Amino acid sequence: MTSRRFWRHNGATGWALSAPATLAVIGFLLIPIGAVIAGTFMDPRGVFAPYISYFNSGFRTTVLFRTLQIAAITTIISLIFGFMTAYVVSRAPGKLKSLLIIAAVFPLLTGVVVRAFAWLIILGRNGILNQTLLSLGIVNEPLEMLYTQGAVIIGMVYLFVPLMVLSLVGVLENIPRDVLQASSSLGASPIATFWQVLLPLAVPGLIVGAVLVFTGSFTAYATPQLLGGERQTVLATLLHQRAMVSFDWVGASTIAAIMTVITITIVLAMSHIARRINPMAT
Amino acid sequence: MSDRPHPLLIVVAALVYLFLMLPLVIVVGAALSDTTYLTFPPQGLSLRWFENIFEISAFRRTIVTSLQIAFMGTLLALLIGIPAAYALNRFRVELPKWLGTLFVLPILVPEIVFGFALLKSFAVGTGVPIFGALLIGHTLLVLPYVVRVISASLASFDFSIEEAAISLGSAPVKTFFTIVLPNVRAGVIAAFILAFITSLNDVSVSLFLTGPGISTLPIQILAHVEQFFDPTVASVSVLLMFLTVAVMAVVERTLGLTFLAK
Repeated sequence: MTSRRFWRHNGATGWALSAPATLAVIGFLLIPIGAVIAGTFMDPRGVFAPYISYFNSGFRTTVLFRTLQIAAITTIISLIFGFMTAYVVSRAPGKLKSLLIIAAVFPLLTGVVVRAFAWLIILGRNGILNQTLLSLGIVNEPLEMLYTQGAVIIGMVYLFVPLMVLSLVGVLENIPRDVLQASSSLGASPIATFWQVLLPLAVPGLIVGAVLVFTGSFTAYATPQLLGGERQTVLATLLHQRAMVSFDWVGASTIAAIMTVITITIVLAMSHIARRINPMAT
Repeated sequence: MSDRPHPLLIVVAALVYLFLMLPLVIVVGAALSDTTYLTFPPQGLSLRWFENIFEISAFRRTIVTSLQIAFMGTLLALLIGIPAAYALNRFRVELPKWLGTLFVLPILVPEIVFGFALLKSFAVGTGVPIFGALLIGHTLLVLPYVVRVISASLASFDFSIEEAAISLGSAPVKTFFTIVLPNVRAGVIAAFILAFITSLNDVSVSLFLTGPGISTLPIQILAHVEQFFDPTVASVSVLLMFLTVAVMAVVERTLGLTFLAK
């Protein structure tokens, strides 16, 4: 009986069972990343030398701001279209709804490389879009659409809209329909109901979706690499280039540290905000 | 606001779905083309680009590596993730809250940073073969999905059933395998599938952990696209999509697809 009591009530068993996973995360993730970040502060030129030289380089600061800009625009576009689509999906009748959810899951399960490649075929110089525009006589010579910021943003929106739709459908479904009906039966116009009832109730979900999309597009590699090339270098492609082409380990580590700090800060700040303003919790 | 969405909203949603589906249809079309360059609609139907995949040894090799890594990485993640998920639910009071957060860290930190850190602090200098580093990277990459999905299943499991079995004399370990695990079977299957697909599609972690003779399929596709612009990559993409459809069909039959949307 004593051994069973031990099993039931001793937290040590819990620790023992979670130990392999805990040690794996600490040993193979926390320590390696910690070492990379710590290494940037041990530069012989001075504690912040790698960061000073990063922000003194016009090219590298441009890359940082370009990456932030692409992530921000991608997030806003995904929020707008994701929200509208998710609303329609959440109000669709049962069978159609499952079909629409499947149609959003499918692209998510298709790899990022495949999805970026699809846009390479569409936006290329001899791509489908150019062929169509030429044959319709809308343009006289092929447009240069690849390797522009627009191409990267389209590729990113394509990557992240399904994620936004899926994370919002659940939230919108959980908003009681009575609340919306109460609003309109009390005389609120559809627009007022949207701004004053639906949107505030959906804010926590919108924040979660926005964090997922922002951090995902802020750190994406394959899409900017294929659709943006060197002309649209972002932090992820710069990190790869510094490490694997220039063998500049300090420079690469500095970029890794900047990416990690920005990502973690955004995740923590936004989840804090989401918890504070959740109107359903009160 | 009435329950039926405004027609304009429906139009927008339809366009969004068109935007989501059309590029994938175009990839399928391009893969079937008989031409040596990428085009759509396909000109002359042919399956020769599918044969071409297996004629290029780099594709053959990386397909095998990717499947091996995805399979072994997922199994390893289940091996350490199932006990962790169990402990998190069973010893909720005894274990600190941050432990749950710890297991989500691999999706919280940028994947590409994780790959780079594994290369710099671990693979370089320890003499661990690149395949080993790749496997460790993928195991950790999929661990959050495993812990989360199985935790979600365990959350709705009534632990008093387990207690009943134990107090009736069943050994704790045996009880876990005969009572607890069968009850969360659906979660384990879902976790396996989600982890396998995540690993198979991963670019950012694998990017730094490839070496002489070892690479994964997505990395090989990236390299191929940058050098050639023929339909081979389209056919590989179609193969991957078929795999995804097959997996989704399995999920649909066993669990219902809304399981994945959670």
